[in-house]
Amino acid sequence: MEFGLSEDQRLMQDSVNRTLEKVSALERVRKAADAREARAQDIWLALVELGVPGMLIGEEHGGMGLKLLDAALVAEALGRHVAPVPFIASTVMAPLAIMSAGAARQQETWLPKLASGEAVAGVAISERAAGAREGGGVTASEGKLSGKALFVLDFGAADVFIVADKAGGLHLVDAGARGLTRVQLTTIDLTRSIGELQFDNVAAEPLASGDGKLAFRRMLDAGRVMLAADTLGAGWMMIDKAVAYAKERKQFGRVIGSFQAVKHMCAEMAAELEPGRSLVWYAAHAFDELPDEAPLMAAHAKAHLSEVGRFVARTATEVHGGMGFTDLLGLHYWFKRIGLDRQLLGSPERVRHEAAVMQGWAAD
Amino acid sequence: MDLAYSPEYQSFRDEVRGFIARHGKDAPRRFGLSRPSSEYLAWQKLLIANGYAARTIPKQYGGYGAKPDILQSRIIAEEFANAGLPTGLSGQGISMFVPTLLELGTEEQKKKWIEPTLKGEVVWCQGYSEPGSGSDLASLQTKAHEDGDDFVINGQKIWTSTAHAADMIFCLVRTEPDKPKHEGISYLIFSMKTPGIEVRPLTTMTGHAEFNEVFFTDVRVPKTQIVGGRGQGWFVANATLKHERGMLGDPNQAGTRLKEIVGLMQKETLDGQRLIDNPLFRDRLLQLQARVLAMQFHGLRLLTAATKGEDAGLARLIVKLQGCELNHQLAALAIDALGELGVLYGDSPHLRADGSWQHRYMFDLGLIIGGGTAQIQKNIISERGLNMPREPKPAKV
Repeated sequence: MEFGLSEDQRLMQDSVNRTLEKVSALERVRKAADAREARAQDIWLALVELGVPGMLIGEEHGGMGLKLLDAALVAEALGRHVAPVPFIASTVMAPLAIMSAGAARQQETWLPKLASGEAVAGVAISERAAGAREGGGVTASEGKLSGKALFVLDFGAADVFIVADKAGGLHLVDAGARGLTRVQLTTIDLTRSIGELQFDNVAAEPLASGDGKLAFRRMLDAGRVMLAADTLGAGWMMIDKAVAYAKERKQFGRVIGSFQAVKHMCAEMAAELEPGRSLVWYAAHAFDELPDEAPLMAAHAKAHLSEVGRFVARTATEVHGGMGFTDLLGLHYWFKRIGLDRQLLGSPERVRHEAAVMQGWAAD
Repeated sequence: MDLAYSPEYQSFRDEVRGFIARHGKDAPRRFGLSRPSSEYLAWQKLLIANGYAARTIPKQYGGYGAKPDILQSRIIAEEFANAGLPTGLSGQGISMFVPTLLELGTEEQKKKWIEPTLKGEVVWCQGYSEPGSGSDLASLQTKAHEDGDDFVINGQKIWTSTAHAADMIFCLVRTEPDKPKHEGISYLIFSMKTPGIEVRPLTTMTGHAEFNEVFFTDVRVPKTQIVGGRGQGWFVANATLKHERGMLGDPNQAGTRLKEIVGLMQKETLDGQRLIDNPLFRDRLLQLQARVLAMQFHGLRLLTAATKGEDAGLARLIVKLQGCELNHQLAALAIDALGELGVLYGDSPHLRADGSWQHRYMFDLGLIIGGGTAQIQKNIISERGLNMPREPKPAKV
């Protein structure tokens, strides 16, 4: 019985964190956000150097064949450094979908390119993961897609998209396909690229070699665990920054961190967020080893980290006082990252309802 | 990450299950804050003989003498909990005084006190808090002055659970009034039958007397009945307080409580609708389920750290605060879901679960305050876990 990270996992996370500390410093993030870079190329290349884009892809396709728990550790590091690069769709959700439901030829075409970082994949499943708005949703008919998909993940840099249709099918769509219109959406979080796809009879390849429903389920669960891990990392960075600030900032002749009113806020943040780490680890481990538990644990991890993440984001900002509210300090990048994580792939309320359904506590 | 137990532990689990299958029928019902029944004493004896109580206490002091093994202890706790059987006696004598003696007592004290305490023949209470010394425990004022071979004790203790039933007390008193507050305290042990001791039950908001006040008037205690040296009492007590905080905020208790609430919400109806079909209550249930899971997995993480001899640091410091709060919120949900039925109490008609949800809701508030208040826990988390500065000391007056 061992509930914890292996030495290899700790080393891997340390090395990603150290790299990001260097290449994804706040000023670099700010530059990427100001320029609306869909992918900060230097940060991306540093991650390619570490093998991150191919971490879940099998060795036969040029990847590292690691597990979702490893990916969660990377997601945490990316959240910690608000890294403006593709990850959740291109490194996690799309490869999982292609590996489980793609034909051999589709795997040969895309997995090596995704693993090497040569290609980026976006994922368009919001209508089924979080609910359809404004008549969103995609219909497939004779190999062609029509309709629209909102809140597409890793949108801007994508060469290919995984698209879920209303009937439960998954499709590969080339980013340059005829009849496909791409519309960039601007969210609060400028460190990640989110967009809309409009389909006018667009040619698509079905991902139909496996159990499509299962492939969708796995992709969704994995994405939810990644969002939870991202919030964990971003939240802890906010706590670390709040604690450091409180130990430095003086008022009334004392550092404000010596006032109980302030230090109790810091203690509450840590006490609320830290058990979430174990929930994220467990949900990722369940995805890898205990598939029956995976959907429920992914749902709980997503919803719970969303709730405690929101508390940490607002409280850490308050500890910084007026400075926390400024653009200059840049704390808002973490605040907004956590804010976006919360709504993607199902809001906490929706996800908890799903968790109730899974346990037979509510009708679908 | 490997959640499976090795074959060695699986066979240990089988052993425990075998014991439960053979002896489970002899188990007594749980008991509250009074002395153990003769039935319970027999059960305790059986548990010690088989290594399911006092497992790691050396044989020469009446324990089972096994090597400490955190996973074995957990397996025992899990299997007894699954079978709904009471584990060995706990109480402050066994959970706090015995570990203290083992760490800091003389050989004579260990020989004299540990075995009868483990067997449940000697019941102890803890004399720490005073009306004027709660969070600032080291300011305690119960005085013991020297008179020949004795200390003579005068003062008052409060929040002394089981004092009404106890044979003995381990008690912090000020023996060196001229020394700084942390250095003037001694840890004395004496009989509750000593002349000059008066125990008054302290009724709490639950309507029950879960605690007592203890008054000392010229209570004579031989100077030899001290653990650690004179003036060492604060350090002796701190060796035990860590055992107490470890007991509070147990996530498995929250897991059991959650299951009870699910059962309640599936059974009870309002306007003919099951409570679990009410989306508002159901959402609260799901929110708390995530918290319970997080704390249970957090417990597994701490367990793993402990088996490797690692100090989990901040992760360990948050357990009392989060665990007690979570239990309290669970009781609150049960009460809210029951609505007007949830306020029935005592021996009222229509009472649900013996009124235990209200009792737990109130008693848990006591646990949030006791054993180091939530605010003291936040000081500890921020100072020791996050390395934040201590509150500056007020100027001396």
